[in-house]
Amino acid sequence: MPEMLSVRNLRVEVTAHQPDGSSSRLVLVDDVSFDVSKGKVLGLIGESGAGKSTIGLTALAYGRGGVCMTGGQVLLDGEDISKLDTRGIRSVRGARVAYVAQSAAAAFNPAHKLGRQVIEAAFRHGIMTREEARKRAVYLFGVLGLPDPENFGERYPHQVSGGQLQRAMTAMALCANPELIVFDEPTTALDVTTQIEVLAAIKHAIAETNTAALYITHDLAVVAQISDDIMVLRHGKMVEYGPTRQIIEAPREEYTRALVSIRQTSREAARPDGDVLLNIEGLTAGYSDVDVLQDISLSLPKGQTFAVVGESGSGKSTLARVITGLLPPRTGTIAFNGTPLPPARKDRSREQLRRIQMIYQMADTAMNPRQKIRDIIGRPLTLYFGTRGQAKTGRVKELLEQIEMGPQFLDRYPAELSGGQKQRVAIARALAAKPELILCDEPTSALDPLVAEGILKLLLRLQEETAVSYLFITHDIAIVRAIADRVAVMHRGRVVRQGAKTAVLSPPFDDYTDLLLRSVPEMEIGWLERVLEGRRGNQRQSAAPIEMERS
Amino acid sequence: MSAQEETVSGQPGNQMSAARRGAPAPAAGRAARSKNSLGYLIARRMALGIALLFAASMLIFGGVEALPGDFATTYLGQEATPQAVANIREELGLDRPMTERYLSWLGGILQGDFGTSWSNHNSVGEQIWKRLSDSLLLAGVSALISIPLAIGLGMIAVLYRNRIPDKVISILSLAAISLPEFFIGYLLIQFFTVQLGISEFPATVYDGMSLGERLSAIVLPVATLVTVVLAHMMRMTRSAILNVMSSAYVETAELKGLSALRIIAEHAAPNAVAPVVTVIALNLAALVVGVVVVEVVFVYPGIGQYMVDAVTVRDMPVVQGCGLLFAAIYIVLNMVADIVSILANPRLRHPR
Repeated sequence: MPEMLSVRNLRVEVTAHQPDGSSSRLVLVDDVSFDVSKGKVLGLIGESGAGKSTIGLTALAYGRGGVCMTGGQVLLDGEDISKLDTRGIRSVRGARVAYVAQSAAAAFNPAHKLGRQVIEAAFRHGIMTREEARKRAVYLFGVLGLPDPENFGERYPHQVSGGQLQRAMTAMALCANPELIVFDEPTTALDVTTQIEVLAAIKHAIAETNTAALYITHDLAVVAQISDDIMVLRHGKMVEYGPTRQIIEAPREEYTRALVSIRQTSREAARPDGDVLLNIEGLTAGYSDVDVLQDISLSLPKGQTFAVVGESGSGKSTLARVITGLLPPRTGTIAFNGTPLPPARKDRSREQLRRIQMIYQMADTAMNPRQKIRDIIGRPLTLYFGTRGQAKTGRVKELLEQIEMGPQFLDRYPAELSGGQKQRVAIARALAAKPELILCDEPTSALDPLVAEGILKLLLRLQEETAVSYLFITHDIAIVRAIADRVAVMHRGRVVRQGAKTAVLSPPFDDYTDLLLRSVPEMEIGWLERVLEGRRGNQRQSAAPIEMERS
Repeated sequence: MSAQEETVSGQPGNQMSAARRGAPAPAAGRAARSKNSLGYLIARRMALGIALLFAASMLIFGGVEALPGDFATTYLGQEATPQAVANIREELGLDRPMTERYLSWLGGILQGDFGTSWSNHNSVGEQIWKRLSDSLLLAGVSALISIPLAIGLGMIAVLYRNRIPDKVISILSLAAISLPEFFIGYLLIQFFTVQLGISEFPATVYDGMSLGERLSAIVLPVATLVTVVLAHMMRMTRSAILNVMSSAYVETAELKGLSALRIIAEHAAPNAVAPVVTVIALNLAALVVGVVVVEVVFVYPGIGQYMVDAVTVRDMPVVQGCGLLFAAIYIVLNMVADIVSILANPRLRHPR
């Protein structure tokens, strides 16, 4: 009996058009083979550009842009779908193979009700009548733990939360009873506390409907919870392919070992506190008539790393904007080195501005694409110290050495650098001002794990060399464990817990910190079930807040 | 405008999640929601339109006042003795202060009275309505031809994106945008009337003409107007549809195995309505206002010709009345476009 999906020696290429009119062919996926059988889940894992999504989409005979399959076979229940004509491909898509996209918020049509979109494929392909499809959708909404399944389909996409949309997208994929579902990073855009619920819902729904699935992600801990087999990809080539337990517990390849061990870096306990560098008292700030930050007080010792952790919308980035003076607070004071800072940026002296620098999440949008690296790093040198000419070039070279990049980058443009290199240049630019405090706003969350690891190591080394302090904004507990001295946990605009790292990250916890810490996926098979079991136990005892969070 | 408000209301994450949890929404949240209700937004847009109209009336009145030249001097010509000029100015009430004249002019218009023409003592209102219907015939026929044509060509351009039909349409429309309308008018006259002799010039219409005769008389001015607005509308339609077609939900529809026609009709079209309607409204306004030049070129007795004639003899009530009418058409069409965009936005139609 043939496997549900069987991919043989897959090769995918894209035609890249150069501005000068010539075109070249790039190989995205080369010689990849795997099998998925009914009721099983194969995890595809790798960094960005590894070809994961490209492989997933070939199961639907689809290529984004000029991507096309140039070799191998994609056998769906024994039939090669790459040989089908347009009509044949259409009868596969949505009916036999379904796709769950990374951003459900963008993938749902804002103009139509959810229910109509969920049943569309099942109904249009003539698999069931409109009424049958509606009944099945209601059943699936229930299986996926959506509130009020009977009426959930009557809502519009903007009327439900991101986590609910992602579950609705899964219902949409399952509705037509497909033989195979491709999940393309379905939880990457979600907060950890929401991710765990969606993950559990997907796992439950796959088991319930006995569908085969491809699960694409860059997070090994997530894929460990959900898949039976794992394939590790890099640069479009297969690195390692085997059962989940073997990949997680006994990886054979160097690269897989690096991926597995990535979350295990951590730094020793916080160092003894020195003098206070930044002290914030009773800070309240917001936009229009809404307070995004409420009564924030925290103090940051010199030469230490202060991590601010929380979910999206908790006010972390707003806090950074207030400290830089971009958003003057309504009430409260900010003291730097014992002297109060003027609330608005325009009232601060150049010397005060120099001492606080910032690194952003998206390094490429934080740089002028038309400036060379020497100008990007050199700008603060001229601005704050009046350095010019030879001296400036010399100092830029020094800074490039510090961030482990050589002088050959002096005359490059940002577009010629990789994501990790751009972030390094951003760090050098901050460092050029010789600041005492660097605000790091999620500097690694847009980067692949191994590259992010390199950036974190660089930041720690620079701290040892220059005794600079970091205010490190992140949603990732693993990063907090790795680099922080002190931690503040933010939730809905308030600091719910703060102190030395070891104290904040050890029990007894408040409800929110507990929920947050338990939700971070761990590289351990069976973790998901264990946590969900624990949560249910908790709920039986008291925990109303978690239930409220859900719906 | 509406999108901006939405982000403001969408920003308070804690407030939204409070509503999601089913907890009683805080008072601020309720206020923000009623501020974004459909009725409020539409009422506010209409109020803005009326305010704009008043501002326009002031500008027009002030602007015409500030024009160099004087009716009395122009009217009397050689006989303009200081005494005669003063007599006429007094007769027309020009000796009163400007604010007083503005208020009485505005008061008259609010009651439907546009005043009387200085040069022939006819009612300006009656003349305007008569002339306007002729102009609207011109603009209306142009719109009837250009709108479906623009949307159709825009869709063809999308369907054959970056291929020969798209490129041909794109080059021709760029050429049409680049030429001023009077030049296009003269080109058409030169070619069709002078060289081929197959169409009429001037395109004058009279009271006793049947509709058929009128339509055959206005072929050339209509062709000119269509050429001018078509290109802009077509390009905007193309980019609006392309924008929607590249969105993630269209990819979702494609991965559901739907047919191309169904994807365009059910998933792309509802989201392209707002931008396309905005472009159409803007171009309709440009059409009505653009008839001024075209009417003069083709000697067509519409409102544009009427206004230009009045300007030459400094007949202020007529110039002001026509100016206000053009402003009103522009403002109302834009207001309609904005209201359609508000109505087409599902987030505003179905609040949380």
